[in-house]
Amino acid sequence: MNKPISEMGWDELAPGAVLYTFDGDINYNIADIQPEDRMYSETSSKGMSVGDWRVIKPVWNSETCIDCQNCWIFCPDTSIIARNKEMKGVDYEHCKGCGLCVSVCPTNPKSLLMFNEYETVENALANWPAKKKKGE
Amino acid sequence: MNKRVMELKGVEVWDGNMANSQAFRQADVDVVAAYPITPSTATVENYAMFHANGYIDGEVMMTESEHAAMSACVGAGAAGGRVATATSSQGLALMIEVLYQASGMRIPVVLCLVNRALAAPLNVNGDHSDLYLTRDSGWISIDAFNPQQAYDMTLMSFKISEHPDVRLPVISNQDGFMTSHTAQGVHTLSDDAAYGFVGEFKPMNDMLDFEHPVTHGVQTEEDWHFEHKARQHNDLMTKVFPKIEVAFAEFEKLSGRKYNLIEKYDMDDADVCVVCLGTSVETAREVATEMRANGIKAGVLGLRVIRPFPFMEVAEALKGIKAIAALDRSSPNGAAGMLFNEIAGALFNTDTKALLSGYVYGLGGRDLTKAHLTALYKELQANVDAGKVTTPLQQFIGVRGPKLAYL
Repeated sequence: MNKPISEMGWDELAPGAVLYTFDGDINYNIADIQPEDRMYSETSSKGMSVGDWRVIKPVWNSETCIDCQNCWIFCPDTSIIARNKEMKGVDYEHCKGCGLCVSVCPTNPKSLLMFNEYETVENALANWPAKKKKGE
Repeated sequence: MNKRVMELKGVEVWDGNMANSQAFRQADVDVVAAYPITPSTATVENYAMFHANGYIDGEVMMTESEHAAMSACVGAGAAGGRVATATSSQGLALMIEVLYQASGMRIPVVLCLVNRALAAPLNVNGDHSDLYLTRDSGWISIDAFNPQQAYDMTLMSFKISEHPDVRLPVISNQDGFMTSHTAQGVHTLSDDAAYGFVGEFKPMNDMLDFEHPVTHGVQTEEDWHFEHKARQHNDLMTKVFPKIEVAFAEFEKLSGRKYNLIEKYDMDDADVCVVCLGTSVETAREVATEMRANGIKAGVLGLRVIRPFPFMEVAEALKGIKAIAALDRSSPNGAAGMLFNEIAGALFNTDTKALLSGYVYGLGGRDLTKAHLTALYKELQANVDAGKVTTPLQQFIGVRGPKLAYL
């Protein structure tokens, strides 16, 4: 299936709307390969953008982030990008804006905050709140 | 094949439920997930007994509802197993959402549906309300008229459902109580022969094939939902009948019992005929023979396959008939009956001059008696003699109170 689904006729689609995740046989440990290097098939949801389901988005502030990986663990859509235990950013093609990453962020101020979808990342970072004092 | 073999006599005294259970056992089902309900309870109960006695290598899952039972079947089927369940009536109604999932996901499942009325008012007896509820669900639907046929149809359901060109779930219907609880002599196949016929389960796109990861149960919107539904309909319309006919032919070679998409009885020279399902077919055959002795050339058309609907075969079988009665054992609730409509659709645009009338009968297990059918055949003959339908197009028979007739 090397064609986008939107171009396939009813006779070309796999029965049952089955989607094949990868091209070819997976006779190796998929976990050893980073997602960007995997042979995802054309019909894998990896290539499907669902970012427009979101109305608010998480913005990441690398200045305050301590790479604790809490957001990476808790994200229900594997949309926190981390490599070698370092936070790299948010996958805005698959993030649906649930805000779970913000609620589990332990830093002060938080290193992930929700902003309106139309807000630019630069603007969001410029308006980042200051550290809260004890009892505040 | 299950490791432990059950020695069966050539003819066993089984009711329709035991026939189902034995067919499940002989097919070596991987997962039977069920929430038993009257009158299909014993299908699962007997199977669980076989399991407890060491005759079943697969799993028996007791779920918390029929919705969960069918969901478990879909999950186990997607994982790559042969799966089956049984239900009736309210249980089927609760399953209905998942029926569409199973067929849309193209998961082979065998569902033994022991036909029973739908509440309200609550009723445990046989009519075809639950069968009719499944008719647009994308399942193949096959009907047995007695316990022998229930055994044969349930066995064949696996073969039809799992064929790589089909991959659609199958409902094996039988009448609640009249078939499910009536013990008759059933000609058996040995475990070897039955399993040899059904064959080893061949998984397709199974989730336990880790070398080929797949996603089942996806979301499709206006961009490609229609294409999938179109494919399913196409496969039902073009691929299922040939595989059913192959299964019937192979089964005949094995057992000597011949089945057809539609079962014709004395139809070739008939002037009048009834079209019906289930145990009523056998009663109608007996009455048709008696009518012939009284000078009325009567025939019976029983539908073996309800979905896909054998449109062309029905039109061909009925083209020379002068007066036809469509017998619906389910209240149409504000319309003509399903069989009436299907037959009318099949005959429209043909050269037939057949007079078609519809009858609603037997709701909630009310008997269809020979007296009812005798009167019905006479009414059909009167239509033939008058050259027109002399009654309203829809009549209720066997119900107390003022005569109900419409259209």
